[in-house]
Amino acid sequence: MVVNVPKPQDELLDLLDGYHSLFIVGCGGCPVGCDSGGTERIEELATFLTKNGKKVIGSVLIDFLCNKALVGSKLIYHIEKLKGTEGVVVVSCGIGVQATGKMIDIPVIPANDTLSSQGMQGLWPSEERCAGCGTCYLALTGGICPITSCSKSLINGMCGGQHDGKCEVETDRDCGWYQIYTRLKEVGKLDNLKKIPRLRDYRKMDVSDTERNTTRWALEKENMYEAPQQSSEKEEA
Amino acid sequence: MSRLQESLKEGKFTITGEIGPPKGVDLHHCMEDEVEYIKDRVVAINVTDNQSSVMRISSQSICALLVQKGLEPILQITCRDRNRLAIQGDVLGAYVQGIRNILCLTGDHNSAGDHPESKPVFDLDSVSLLDAISSLKEGKDLAGQELEGVPEDIFQGAIVTPGADPVEMQLIKMERKIEAGAQFFQTQAIYDTVAFENFMKEASKFKVPVLCGVVLIKSAGMAKYMNNFVPGVQVPDEMIKPLSEAPKEDRPKKSVELMSEFIKEVKPMCEGLHIMAMGWEKYVPEMLDMCEL
Repeated sequence: MVVNVPKPQDELLDLLDGYHSLFIVGCGGCPVGCDSGGTERIEELATFLTKNGKKVIGSVLIDFLCNKALVGSKLIYHIEKLKGTEGVVVVSCGIGVQATGKMIDIPVIPANDTLSSQGMQGLWPSEERCAGCGTCYLALTGGICPITSCSKSLINGMCGGQHDGKCEVETDRDCGWYQIYTRLKEVGKLDNLKKIPRLRDYRKMDVSDTERNTTRWALEKENMYEAPQQSSEKEEA
Repeated sequence: MSRLQESLKEGKFTITGEIGPPKGVDLHHCMEDEVEYIKDRVVAINVTDNQSSVMRISSQSICALLVQKGLEPILQITCRDRNRLAIQGDVLGAYVQGIRNILCLTGDHNSAGDHPESKPVFDLDSVSLLDAISSLKEGKDLAGQELEGVPEDIFQGAIVTPGADPVEMQLIKMERKIEAGAQFFQTQAIYDTVAFENFMKEASKFKVPVLCGVVLIKSAGMAKYMNNFVPGVQVPDEMIKPLSEAPKEDRPKKSVELMSEFIKEVKPMCEGLHIMAMGWEKYVPEMLDMCEL
């Protein structure tokens, strides 16, 4: 399970500043288990966005957004709606946001922040990587993660080591910031780079006790069984 | 106010030099040879911080020794080896040792150096390091805690690569560095006057002084190496050819001639020069004489 939690509402609205028409893509995998996604969350989100002056053109729940082939094959049914959309709000972990971003030419905006689970890369691991930084930057970086695609995990832009689009660490490694720059230029959003917070908060990578003690963090935790027991008691009563 | 800041404020064409601390405790080469040749020709001297990710004497220690000699250092700080606590502590420590100029860099990745197995830190980067120093100058650390005694007159700078592709990204980051408090820029080496002129057309609108980076080319081989392996540096063929044709003993003379021609051309475009002689310190006075600097 890749644990992800809803972004603070104010932060999400900030990221959506300037966007009018939106489409929501939700993941039916981990976020459902985390209570941070699924049909209900998509509906809540649509209501919230509409209340805040956004036009939600449509939405879709796809089983696992970490599976790009699946994402593509499902989004194709919504192509007409997507054509008239300025941004796609993605309800998933950072991997799902990146994978969705790869399949469409529309800016993607994460609705969730991913917590660090120290290495889990989704159920269909592909090239996208999420470090669980707890501060998903993907809305501002063209759906390409600066933390995992940059060898120095820089958030303030390309360092001096970029050479022909490659990283200074290895000649065949792509420079993440070169990709972010190219992508943002393509979609006319280079101004996004001015909005990225300049300092990282590493506390967000250290998952709190409250989060660790949920059933979604570790399925074998004892309290996983509390919920069904309580409900069956209620039924008996 | 540091002499460097004063010189730039007065609008003087300002020249800085650079030395690299040794690996080991023999200071002879660094403090005698390198410094002696350039000290009377530059306003301040950069001291590199574990340059190319190779472990050496700390920049701060050499800077403190320069201060003792009555010279003005520019402390280079990279973000590769220390987190925000260590770096802020070093900035304050440098201040009490009389160091006023700081150049903020992200730093090369560890994999390029002699300790590739070490942990890359990068808690801060060039931009957030500038932010940290700006905050200290205003009397607070990055966490917002008040300082006892404020290092108000630190003069902080950053670097920019005018020959980088895409140069647009350099300009975006340059602007971000200025927002974070950069008061001067030193550039990566550049040899193409047209590229530099184009860059300065954009960069001059920020109204922050730019010192053009000068690296003497020792041989055609070095030029080719830089073209292949140093990002954002392109030595034009017109400079490589005369060097490859010159007999070995005439190369320094040829190199100095070529660079002085370049300097004369870029002088009206920028606020000064940053000379990285890398072992050829003894030729720096001759080169500057030719440019009447």
